Amino acid sequence: MSVGLIALIVLGMAVVGYVIGRSRSLSLAASQDRRLHSLPSYYGQAVALFTAVPALLVLGAWLFVQPIVVETRVSEMIPESAIPEGGALSLVMADVRRIAGGLDALMTSAGLSEGDLARMSAETTNLRERLGGVGVALGSDVSAPVFEAAKAMRAANNAGSLAMTIAVLALALVAGGYMLSRVSPDMRARNISETFVKALLIGASTVAILTTAGIVLSLLSETINFFRMYPATEFFFSTVWNPQFRGGSELGIIPLLWGTFYVSFVALLFAVPIGLMIAIYLSEYASKTVRSLAKPAIEVLAGIPTIVYGLFALITVGPLLRDWLAQPLGLGNSSSSVLTAGLVMGIMLIPFVSSLSDDIINAVPQSLRDGSYGLGATQSETIRQVILPAALPGVVGAVLLAASRAIGETMIVVMGAGAAAKLSLNPLEAMTTVTVKIVSQLTGDTEFASPETLVAFALGLTLFTFTLGLNIVALVIVRKYREQYE
Amino acid sequence: MTDLTASPANAAAPRPSSLLTLDARTKRRNAAEARFRMMGAIAVAIAVLALVGLLVSILGNGLSSFRQTHVTLEVFLDPAKLDKAGDRDPAKIAKVTTFGYAPLIQAAMQTAIEKAGATTEGVNAKQAAGLISDEAAATLRRFVMAHPERIGETLSFPMLANGRVDGYFKGRVTMESAALDRNISPEQLQLADKLRAAGVIEMKFNWGLFTAPDASDTRPEAAGLGVAILGSAYMMLIVLVLALPIGVAASIYLEEFAPKNRWTDLIEVNISNLAAVPSIVFGILGLAVFINFVGLPQSAPIVGGLVLTLMTLPTIIIATRAALKAVPPSIRDAALGVGASKMQSIMHHVLPLAAPGILTGTIIGLAQALGETAPLLLIGMVAFVREYPGAPPEGFFDPASALPVQVYNWTQRGDPAFIERASGAIIVLLIFLMAMNIIAIILRRRFERRW
Repeated sequence: MSVGLIALIVLGMAVVGYVIGRSRSLSLAASQDRRLHSLPSYYGQAVALFTAVPALLVLGAWLFVQPIVVETRVSEMIPESAIPEGGALSLVMADVRRIAGGLDALMTSAGLSEGDLARMSAETTNLRERLGGVGVALGSDVSAPVFEAAKAMRAANNAGSLAMTIAVLALALVAGGYMLSRVSPDMRARNISETFVKALLIGASTVAILTTAGIVLSLLSETINFFRMYPATEFFFSTVWNPQFRGGSELGIIPLLWGTFYVSFVALLFAVPIGLMIAIYLSEYASKTVRSLAKPAIEVLAGIPTIVYGLFALITVGPLLRDWLAQPLGLGNSSSSVLTAGLVMGIMLIPFVSSLSDDIINAVPQSLRDGSYGLGATQSETIRQVILPAALPGVVGAVLLAASRAIGETMIVVMGAGAAAKLSLNPLEAMTTVTVKIVSQLTGDTEFASPETLVAFALGLTLFTFTLGLNIVALVIVRKYREQYE
Repeated sequence: MTDLTASPANAAAPRPSSLLTLDARTKRRNAAEARFRMMGAIAVAIAVLALVGLLVSILGNGLSSFRQTHVTLEVFLDPAKLDKAGDRDPAKIAKVTTFGYAPLIQAAMQTAIEKAGATTEGVNAKQAAGLISDEAAATLRRFVMAHPERIGETLSFPMLANGRVDGYFKGRVTMESAALDRNISPEQLQLADKLRAAGVIEMKFNWGLFTAPDASDTRPEAAGLGVAILGSAYMMLIVLVLALPIGVAASIYLEEFAPKNRWTDLIEVNISNLAAVPSIVFGILGLAVFINFVGLPQSAPIVGGLVLTLMTLPTIIIATRAALKAVPPSIRDAALGVGASKMQSIMHHVLPLAAPGILTGTIIGLAQALGETAPLLLIGMVAFVREYPGAPPEGFFDPASALPVQVYNWTQRGDPAFIERASGAIIVLLIFLMAMNIIAIILRRRFERRW
């Protein structure tokens, strides 16, 4: 039975449980001539919740755990000899998984019965060809232990899903029935269902923690795998980035970090002064009409997806800079360059910087302004000598937040900065960044157990650490600063 | 004080100043003021210009993709070629491959040229048929497979023109560039001009852009967004179904119930940090957890939807908490005062009042998710997908593409016609985003209550 169907049945049972629970509470109250503790709908709600929630939770957990259990059991079946020279168990297991999945398709297309499958063996049938016929492509011929393992995996999967169906439906029946049996006018149905709902709310709020844990654990575990295959010192201190899918790659992070910081620096150089000046102009100088026109325009800039900026860099800014700046100056002839990506990223960051600075400038108390005007300062003198120094910590926080966005930005650099890992000062040359390399190492058909793929996780962890650090520092600064004037 | 009394010499010499004439220092200060103001105005102008430049560049490149060159031909569905046995058996008709249909189109093209009197020197029959997209034969075959009874008739078919011909009428391909091009010759373009004058070739609205699936590198004219729009819609559905309840539940707990302790502090810090984690990191999470660990299929909308859900949650939680906070405490107090439980006061009174704010936040979160590209690249949505995903829920597990990823995909191809398509796709994406944002604004204007 498919998972969706099971879930639908459970939900249907919950609806039935609601109706029965509600009517049972009413009929009991009428027959015993007593008042109900709670409103009748709460009795129905309690039954429905007990029917649906535990069963669905078990369903989710089962889907998560079953593949892991089956994998470990099946992988024990594969002898050392079945693993090809220089290969890994995980590759063999990938084949096993694919064959197991293909067997079902094979059975339906060829009309085989379970008995036919049990008699089928790797020696007598050309499995590779037959599986290829149903759309399961295999890299090599199927050996006997692998085929046996695949058969075992298929059997275990089928048994598992049958057990899951029974367990989930039984749990829904038992838990719902238990609650139904407890329905009586004395039962504190509202308290029970409210406690239950509150538990659900708490569960929902832990999703954020689970996400962070998932990010950190997945990054860490794969990074550790990577450092088992590739020395950490080489990764952190080598200045050469040259992945070779035949092996013998050099995976030094330094050129990538250099590109990342260079692009981010150019972007901030462009975005911070402009964003800050926009915030100042709009909050201190602009007339109402200018404000009502310019502010939405800048907010639109904030709502545009980064892929649009990427395309802008690729088809407009890149060629423009190449034809008017790079080639006349003889500094390069590639349309993707640090300056292209930096400029476009700067445009993306303008609304971010300006709205943060706007908040911060508005948070400076009016009394400071009035004091300054009272001493005869002009508006710009007040801004430069009173407001900005007072707002400085907040502005620094905003710049750090913008820097963290710039470092983590992907599409603009993928489409605008280029793919060559270089250590160069020339901003009109193509360079590459950490995020570009994460994308290029993880897209396309690559074996998952090679250092060339796993390096992406180490890069991801580096990126995550940098942005997390910047965010925390920025938040601390902004929070401290806010307290100062509250 | 001492300074003032210690400099009587300065004070003694009265300066020739008046409030009516500006002295040099005031002029300098006023000039500085004007300069500063000017800088502010310039900054605003740069931002607005950047926006205008961005939109002009995208619109300028992309608007032409909404019109497409079509060639309308009278095709004789020759029974001798398509159905030699003459018994209209679909299995036998299916044996005729797309190559078998090419001669029909070639013949139809010749008739059309003769009828239009457009015979051109240096263009043979094969080259003339080259004006038509390779996709046309496949379309014709699909039609015949669906209507085998029409074999033997002569039918009028609108067919896609080749990408170069389309580019020629849109100004992307010129006679000079065609002379250097292996795929098209200037003579062919002259023929195309004549056929256009005769009305055989015409520009029509490009419905294919919205309905057709992606096409291979050599057939940009046939590439469409159908699979991508469907994939994006599936993902938005998943995000909506998962992120809205979870986000609202989490916000209610944090805003209304949570005691002030370490645990809730931890949750809050987590949420604000997740809002700032680069999107690509969520892609890595999706790859490691949903694909490698749980074993969900690559390129499937379900994985994309889950990843985007996790990304959108912080946005929805922050918006929902703000909306809950905006409901005045007097509402809660009044509910509690007439005997409602805390849960009842929230579910029956606070939540309905906060609903417009929550919806606005959700729509804005969805708009963000719709435009997100980087995490989807990592979970395999760049794959070339020509098959439409099935109906949900099974369709959630079929390979699909997504709008922004399709844009990226097209920019990586060689033919410049794909850049036009990519810009067109961006326009479609921006229209969707604009619609969502306008709905959000209307919701806010209509239903938001201020206390």
